[in-house]
Amino acid sequence: MRSDPRTARSVRPAAEHVVASLDETPLQAVDAVDTTTAPRSMWSEAWHSLIRNPVFLISAALIVVILFIAAFPGLLTNQDPNYAKITQANQPPSAEHPFGTTRLGYDVLARVLYGTRTSVMVGFFTMLLATLIGGVVGALAGYVGGIFDAVLSRITDIFFAIPLILGAIVIANRVDALNVWIVILVLGVFGWTNIARIMRGSVISVKNEDFVTASTALGANPVTNLVKHVVPNAIAPVIVTATVNLGVYIVAEATLSFLGLGLPSSSVSWGGDISDARPALRTQPMMLFYPSMALAITVLSFIMLGDAVRDALDPKARKR
Amino acid sequence: MIWYIGRRLLQMIPVFLGATLIVYLMAFVSSGDPIAAIAGDKPISQAVQDKLRAQYNLDEPVLMQWLIYLGNLFQGDFGIGFNGRPIMDQIKLAFPVTFRLAIIAIVIETIFGVIAGVIAGLKKGTLIDTTLLMVSLLVIAVPTFVIGFLAQFVLGVQLGIAPVNVGRDPSWQNLLVPGAVLGAVSFAYVLRLTRTSIAEVATADHVRTATAKGLSRGGVISKHILRNSLIPVVTFIGADLGALMGGAIVTEGIFNVSGIGSLLFRAINDGESPMIVSLVTLLVIIFLIANLTVDLLYAVLDPRIRYAK
Repeated sequence: MRSDPRTARSVRPAAEHVVASLDETPLQAVDAVDTTTAPRSMWSEAWHSLIRNPVFLISAALIVVILFIAAFPGLLTNQDPNYAKITQANQPPSAEHPFGTTRLGYDVLARVLYGTRTSVMVGFFTMLLATLIGGVVGALAGYVGGIFDAVLSRITDIFFAIPLILGAIVIANRVDALNVWIVILVLGVFGWTNIARIMRGSVISVKNEDFVTASTALGANPVTNLVKHVVPNAIAPVIVTATVNLGVYIVAEATLSFLGLGLPSSSVSWGGDISDARPALRTQPMMLFYPSMALAITVLSFIMLGDAVRDALDPKARKR
Repeated sequence: MIWYIGRRLLQMIPVFLGATLIVYLMAFVSSGDPIAAIAGDKPISQAVQDKLRAQYNLDEPVLMQWLIYLGNLFQGDFGIGFNGRPIMDQIKLAFPVTFRLAIIAIVIETIFGVIAGVIAGLKKGTLIDTTLLMVSLLVIAVPTFVIGFLAQFVLGVQLGIAPVNVGRDPSWQNLLVPGAVLGAVSFAYVLRLTRTSIAEVATADHVRTATAKGLSRGGVISKHILRNSLIPVVTFIGADLGALMGGAIVTEGIFNVSGIGSLLFRAINDGESPMIVSLVTLLVIIFLIANLTVDLLYAVLDPRIRYAK
């Protein structure tokens, strides 16, 4: 707390007010604005509201755990997820296999843990790729405008008209040696359109702001303007959408694997495991439960994180 | 208004051409030899191969093939499927089924999504709101195929109140559970969109004015809040039609519905490129028409948008 010189002033005799003096009214708090330091930026304000938001804290904690498992799945189990021992098929949970084994004798816990890596990798890198494509297309379309915008917007519409899963299925079915990177590429190529649309709208609303005009007046060239002034101020809604998209891509990968068009069986994927658990649904429902649960928790964490970031970046929502 | 529709129709042309070209390239160019896909393991004679090649215009350059395909398409000819039946006939059989499925999904997601969203939005911050939000998050996070399995297992196998396999020529009633599963994820999105939108509009000035002049709560909600907050929801539902068609592949696979989704999945597995292209083209057309309809609906929902000029 800063000390205000006016509060230290003593009240002279016979000068007592019936109404509280101006010094004592809450209005003083209005005067007490600290004008000496720079105001907090949008990001700093958002961060301050984020770390008070329980939704953010829970989802961030979950994501840290998920990332840890994805990075070091071997620390939590000593079983090999790709080692199937048919003599140990369909075992109930035991000390050696805490989640039991599948009908082919795979250790379920190891499958779930190692599957995290696949899902997180696909989700994260697809998000990066899609945000890069969508961000560049959207920013250029919104900033340059005119015919250029019309062409880029139509290209965006073209890809928007082909549903993510549908496009991915058609390509994935054609590739013989499917691996994680090809799945990422395929999902990225069909998954960038909503980012491009949001980026375009956001850039258009920012590019006519006074500070951009001022920067132009000071002699900045259009590229500097776009990169240094427009994009940083337009990127907030893109970050929110990208976070939620990450969950969507993870589900898309699982759906591909579920349909048998995703990763080969040598790479561990929750979607494939869920598909494998289906015939044993009646006798061993837990085989379906574990990978589904892992998938749901992961996706939920990223959606909740996106929600929290959206609330933090939106001052209207924050005041409530 | 006429001008607006005209401009939108013109904009649809490049999108339609571009989308079909991309699908065409994906399905044909990357597929290797489609004739080998027809033949399967049996070797076929050179003469038959040549005839098939000519039938599917495989001798022409790719762009030319695409143009021929489009030309035939506009005459209502989708070509012949690998099983020898015209693709158009197969689509005619499968389409009504998927159409019913999609209608059920959209009706369910709209009615339940909007009602739940209105309740949550009007009671923002209460226990009901939090519960509905949690439910919506859960539905989004659990993949459709898991929801489908569970619905099939619990409702179909254990309780026996819904068919496990839907099969050919299903009734509306049989499609109820698959339709609900198909619409589940979108229900959650509609709920969340409506909730945000309602909460925003509920504090707007015109709503306070309407309350102040003595309009009943129901009147305020239906005439002033709902109408103003439905635009993002309508946009979503229009764009969602494409996603529903994609989702139909999964749902129809689980419940064994013989619709467009199963047809497409079989075609993809068999490498039946003409069928893939035809189906995806059809889906793109549906998607474009749905989006145009949504744009025109804006004018009805928001009198400020009248598309003058």
